[in-house]
Amino acid sequence: MSDTQMENPKNQLLAASDITDSKLEDLMGRMMSRQVDRGELYFQSFRNESWALEEGLVKDAGFSVSRGVGARAISGEKSGFAYADDIRPDVLEQTTSAAKSIAKQGSGTVAHVESDRALPMFYGTSDPITSVSQEDKVALLSRVDKFARNLDPRVKEVSVRIAATHESVYIYSSDGVSSGDVRPLVRFSVSVIAEQNGRREQGMSGGGGRHDLKWLFEGENAEDFAREAVRQALVNLDAVDAPAGPMQVVLGPGWPGVLLHEAVGHGLEGDFNRKGTSAFSNRIGQQVASPLCTIIDDATIPNRRGSLSMDDEGTPGQKTVLIENGVLKGYMHDKLNSALMGTTSTGNGRRESYAHQPMPRMTNTFMLAGESDPEEIIKSVDFGVYAVAFGGGQVDITSGQFVFSATEAYLIEQGKKSAPIRGATLIGNGPEIMTRVSMVGNDLELDRGVGVCGKEGQGVPVGVGQPTLKVDEITVGGTST
Amino acid sequence: MSSMKSSEIQAAMDFQEPHTKQDEESLKGFVQRILDEAKKQGASAAEVAAGDDIGLSVVVRSGDLETVEFSRDRGFGITVYLGNKKGSSSTTDISDDSIRESVEAAVGIARYTEPDPFSGLADPDRLATEFHDLDLYHPRAMDVDEAKENALIIESCAQDVDSKIFKCDSSRVGSASACTAYGNSLGFLHAERESRYNMFADVIAKNKDGMQRDYWYSTNRNADELETPSSIGETAANRALLKLDPRPIPTGEYPVLFDRGIASGLIGHLISGLGGRAQYLKSSYLLDSMNKQVATDALTLREHPHLKGALGSRSYDSEGVATTEKPFVEHGIVRNYVLSSYSGRHLDMPTTGNASGVCNLTVEATLQPVDDILKQMGTGLLVQSLMGQGVNIVTGDYSRGASGYWIVDGEFAHAVDELTIAGKLDEMFMHMIAFGDDIDLRHSIRTGSLLVESMTVAAN
Repeated sequence: MSDTQMENPKNQLLAASDITDSKLEDLMGRMMSRQVDRGELYFQSFRNESWALEEGLVKDAGFSVSRGVGARAISGEKSGFAYADDIRPDVLEQTTSAAKSIAKQGSGTVAHVESDRALPMFYGTSDPITSVSQEDKVALLSRVDKFARNLDPRVKEVSVRIAATHESVYIYSSDGVSSGDVRPLVRFSVSVIAEQNGRREQGMSGGGGRHDLKWLFEGENAEDFAREAVRQALVNLDAVDAPAGPMQVVLGPGWPGVLLHEAVGHGLEGDFNRKGTSAFSNRIGQQVASPLCTIIDDATIPNRRGSLSMDDEGTPGQKTVLIENGVLKGYMHDKLNSALMGTTSTGNGRRESYAHQPMPRMTNTFMLAGESDPEEIIKSVDFGVYAVAFGGGQVDITSGQFVFSATEAYLIEQGKKSAPIRGATLIGNGPEIMTRVSMVGNDLELDRGVGVCGKEGQGVPVGVGQPTLKVDEITVGGTST
Repeated sequence: MSSMKSSEIQAAMDFQEPHTKQDEESLKGFVQRILDEAKKQGASAAEVAAGDDIGLSVVVRSGDLETVEFSRDRGFGITVYLGNKKGSSSTTDISDDSIRESVEAAVGIARYTEPDPFSGLADPDRLATEFHDLDLYHPRAMDVDEAKENALIIESCAQDVDSKIFKCDSSRVGSASACTAYGNSLGFLHAERESRYNMFADVIAKNKDGMQRDYWYSTNRNADELETPSSIGETAANRALLKLDPRPIPTGEYPVLFDRGIASGLIGHLISGLGGRAQYLKSSYLLDSMNKQVATDALTLREHPHLKGALGSRSYDSEGVATTEKPFVEHGIVRNYVLSSYSGRHLDMPTTGNASGVCNLTVEATLQPVDDILKQMGTGLLVQSLMGQGVNIVTGDYSRGASGYWIVDGEFAHAVDELTIAGKLDEMFMHMIAFGDDIDLRHSIRTGSLLVESMTVAAN
């Protein structure tokens, strides 16, 4: 098993280019010669295929390949970085020499590189692109299109998309890492437009993870996404104007966990905290959330979208408690920031590709279940909003201000879910909002696997999750005052 | 500047330009080889885009280099047609083996996609035949020391503005040179070079009540035309300082002035609604709006694709179709959708040469100084930054996170944050009542500040 994970990516990435172990050692030795603290080579190949249906036709499909190496030399807080889209010995030499130009000081030692270590694996290695035939992919798209249209005559447009990627990475660094990982990732999405009395509304659903595409063909998995997208569009056809102002908000389980990702997740990434620029800086050990809240980042859940057997610096994927019973326990770290803060990486060093530098990023971030019955939570609200689906969010980690935008939400009136409301943005301050979590449901769910997190222009796949939550006050950005 | 003169200057400067005229020719040759391979493999038509980008980015923090990044991105994308069936592939591998494999992949996919009557290359009579001198390439040596010097000035000037400046979180200086080529099996084949320079400051101000972050940047095709490093640092610092001590305001309906830095995004929503795909998929709040009023009659939106040196200038779009100067909205009335060949055929209209978006779309209205607009507004919200994705083009529902300044009697009163602003895009554009003369040239949509008569502002 470990051979499959280890040898395949390394051989696949290096053997064809005639780059031997001794060549790697030689390059690393020279990268370290100008007193660099740590040198790192990141080899990656990435293949992606997608198929899209709209207007009943599988019109568009594409295949892409990228392959390259990123070289990084770190000296204290400084990094030199260069990359090349060609894995060749001469190019590697130029790239490492450009990267090391940053460093003029530092300790400069090469650790003994361990023989390739075996890591626990949280997903299989099979290639999702070839796991299903092209005929079957096309047939599935058409089947889902017809299924969605047959659910309700108000469905007017259906768009369906299948995307599969297969990625191999191999990391060689001066602190002793020589590790590879093979990462499959699939994503399926359905978007529909429904029309009633001239009004048009959209519904969306999707999911996936680190597994092959056969999953989509099991049972009614694909149809379930279509059913969900149609249901959401039909609900929105009857939506009334959303209220405006601060009020009680109940968030449904699963994807609404984007709240945690924005309100606390980014603020607990090590780079911001090392620099003292996060609203959560220097607050370890303090009560930063209601005692009902325990929040973790977990790369080790099998086959999840945000899971990683190892991160992009070769640190094994881990489960990290961020907040326990409301008390801040720790930050998410990569190697650079943890070294500068005198601690160790939590396996959160991630990068979009060989052409980007790693930084602390989330994997699967969620809140553990509490004890309340979700029905009781809604019953406890006299007037407020119940939000069950979101488009996405954003945070300013320095002020702590964050937003997330509902795509399916309802009014709660006198303890009962009532009319659906138009999409509204919710805004709050992360550290304040978490202290206002007054009820936590017993219904933890993880999202179905669609999230992409963006930071400094780099996108990486992530997971979120939570049980049903009640927040005592959050500002709802509707139009009805 | 004429091309003759600029080449003389280059010779005198004695440096290797990142991309030469020769690079354009060899990239064209490369594109032609891929087109030939597609023909050989049986494609009835094909189009190829290839690029070679070289860049340097230097970040300074706390008086020293933080990162130096050298980038080189090469690659190509091909779309092949088997009759009306289409397949695409792209790669960063430019080897001969990769050319063959990429064409195979695209042809392999096209065998399985379904025939689409609207698909195919642009109509031959739409392809650009005139290539304007757009003055997009101002090559310059990519020098780490010079970039570092400028980044250090940005940082120190930001820090010197006030003792409440906690830190310049990063100052970044970047330069990029790109050579791109596009060709198709109708015989169109052209290459271009362009340059782009940026300077950026990200500054944090702090007092006992908390921290606030803001940024400023300058971007230009000519490094000599950038704002000075000192003014970038100072502007970012002053913006961050003004955000300190936010105070609450009551939830209500207020006039909202969109600052020039974010106003282009608002115009962009209207342009999305006029997009060809949104129209044919009937997923636009501006569905079937041709020749209908969608904005105040004071507003005209015209694109000027051939402005010299502008960021959004181009002679042809991503299908080789000639770009033209034209209005999308004239006195509030829709005159053109934003179309590619595909969406045009679908809607039974000619392409507008906008397969790669609008080019230097410019707000044309009676422009006023922002101070006059603030007086006209009296009491209301000046939005400096927006957060989140709460814009629904299908319905026109608009609800976003906002922060900025509270204005009373036309004057700055205090900072505000943690607000939402909400409305309907159609009403916002019908009630856009003033247009600033502070045109922001950093975007391909060129507008100054925009005043919307009334929106719902929700506050904590």
